[in-house]
Amino acid sequence: MPAPPLLALRGVCKRYGVLQVLEDIELEVRAGQVVALLGDNGAGKSTLVKVISGVAPADKGVIEWEGRNVQIRRPHDARDLGIATVYQDLALCGNLDVVGNLFLGREIRRFGFLDEVEMERRTRELLEHLATGVPDLRAPVVSLSSGQRQTVAIARSLLGDPRVLLLDEPTASLGIRQTNEVLDLVDRLRDRGLAVLLISHNMGDVKALADRAAVLRLGRNNGFFDVNTVSQEQIISSITGAAENVPRRMASREEEW
Amino acid sequence: MNDRRRTADESRDDPDTSTKGTRPPHRGRRVTDALESRATAFRVRLGLGELGSLPVVVVLVAVWIVFQSLNENFLSPRNLSNLSVDIVGTGLIAVGIVFVLLIGQLDLSVGSVSGLAAAVFAVLNVNSGVPEWLALIIAVLTGTAVGAIQGFSFARTRVPAFVVTLAGLLTWNGLMLYILGTSGTINLDENGLVADLTSYYFTHDSAAYGVAAIGAGLVFLASYRDRQRRKAIGMPHRSLVEIGMRTGVLAVVAFAAAFVLNRFQGLPLAFLIFLVVVAGLDIVLRRTHYGRQVYALGGGVEAARRASLGVIRVQTAVLAVSGTMAAIGGLFLASRITSVSQASGSGVLLLNAIAAAVIGGTSLFGGRGTTWSAVLGMLVIESVASGMAITDTPVAVQFMITGGVLFAAVVIDSFARRSQEAHGRA
Repeated sequence: MPAPPLLALRGVCKRYGVLQVLEDIELEVRAGQVVALLGDNGAGKSTLVKVISGVAPADKGVIEWEGRNVQIRRPHDARDLGIATVYQDLALCGNLDVVGNLFLGREIRRFGFLDEVEMERRTRELLEHLATGVPDLRAPVVSLSSGQRQTVAIARSLLGDPRVLLLDEPTASLGIRQTNEVLDLVDRLRDRGLAVLLISHNMGDVKALADRAAVLRLGRNNGFFDVNTVSQEQIISSITGAAENVPRRMASREEEW
Repeated sequence: MNDRRRTADESRDDPDTSTKGTRPPHRGRRVTDALESRATAFRVRLGLGELGSLPVVVVLVAVWIVFQSLNENFLSPRNLSNLSVDIVGTGLIAVGIVFVLLIGQLDLSVGSVSGLAAAVFAVLNVNSGVPEWLALIIAVLTGTAVGAIQGFSFARTRVPAFVVTLAGLLTWNGLMLYILGTSGTINLDENGLVADLTSYYFTHDSAAYGVAAIGAGLVFLASYRDRQRRKAIGMPHRSLVEIGMRTGVLAVVAFAAAFVLNRFQGLPLAFLIFLVVVAGLDIVLRRTHYGRQVYALGGGVEAARRASLGVIRVQTAVLAVSGTMAAIGGLFLASRITSVSQASGSGVLLLNAIAAAVIGGTSLFGGRGTTWSAVLGMLVIESVASGMAITDTPVAVQFMITGGVLFAAVVIDSFARRSQEAHGRA
């Protein structure tokens, strides 16, 4: 009997008004594993992230954390469990420096005043583990490259020692070199035992990084794949719905999850 | 595109060209080394468009040189001492404006609020016989309340603050005229507390020198303790030479100012209050949780909201600060002429306060600037005004020159912002 997955979704449904955005979604994420969440525009990927991060709680279904049933009704609940989210727009304050952004809203204080020294020390420590090129910690974030900004956003989400990291299109706006930096970073996080749910449009990223891929189509599961053994074409056809492969879908779920 | 990427890569890969955060430890045992590292850091800052207060200092020096060459009385102790008192009233209002600009908004009501507070004080104290200290507190709290009301309306409705405070400009001016009634002008007690605000001088030489020494000493102590803590845990820190030089420059300026002030009537109480308020609020902005939230709002309301900051609370508080500072500034302005009239808080006061904050280096786009820009900006504006008066230049020319300086400040601000973003686009 293998250990239960760190995070599991069973039969999750979400409805916006009359629109059924997610229906009976199943998903499992294990520690030390990168799971790619794939799907066309409007497939429900972002909604699923919102469900997990507590921004838009599920209407129906069960969320399990290490095999236990848990409720995620607010962003706070997700954070308390150890789920961190990096949104596509990063939500950084461009005028604040790296340290200021990392600790925004949870500043370390000493005699009532901000303890810049301690915050900078922890930032340095964290970034040295994460990134090859540590950016200037006292430069305003707006003057960093988009790859460095992505690193800062990820580092910020890691401050609370999360165990599951949700990344929404982390490489969407990056050049090749910076994409590689971010992919390296995610790789290192997996080695540290984090579970990563990676949303991406880029099959290259998925092939390079993910262990498994879960495909959504029109708000439903449309297949689970082992990225290392399945061909890119099969995954793409599952995304676009070119080949409805129902038996395979069921089988792959049984075997691989 | 290509060379943009190269600049970003260079500044990351080569620690020598990046700014203070990543400077390697134990650098610069000798003065030349320290100077060199400052120079490099300075060039990088220039490239990044982070000029800070440098342009305004250059402008100030230029203005002083020009007027001194036109009239040798300009840099006389008497004129400079008067200048140091004249900047206080509007300068305190400008400090409040700095807070509002930092969250990317504008407060147009500060002129009216300053007049209202002065009127509240005059009516309570002179007409109704309320003790001075009580009338003073009520007047200041009036400003706080007015600011908080405007702040809350702006934060809740999400109507831009300049619109809400434009309504405030008319409302509070009307309220002031209503309170003053038909009497028009109310004269304040010439020997009272409020009159003393701008007429009291610490005549003993030791006062001005003492303040200069304490100021420089505190700055040195703060940088030295910061250095020791960083050194103890092996983080990059400033060298002793650099700390010494920075404190040295500050001390020279402070003692020169003290020397000049002592050659007239000593240290003006108003100027001392101004410096203490500006320094205190600077610490609040840069070293407290509240200040960090103010800057964060200027950097992006949505980002602040996601970081679970109390956006409405902070926005309300910022406008309340600006109302409070407007009220205090209004009392100093009333003190300067020992009267309150229907013209209080009107005219160019509002524009001068906003211009001072912007000329001093606070960004109109939000998120960049310090309270010290109110001091520097006011020094420029009042120097021009006083120089014009001393050289008998018509006020029309004074407006045009101040306008030109403001325009230059806005252009530099916009340039600095664009330059920063261009660097981030690599």
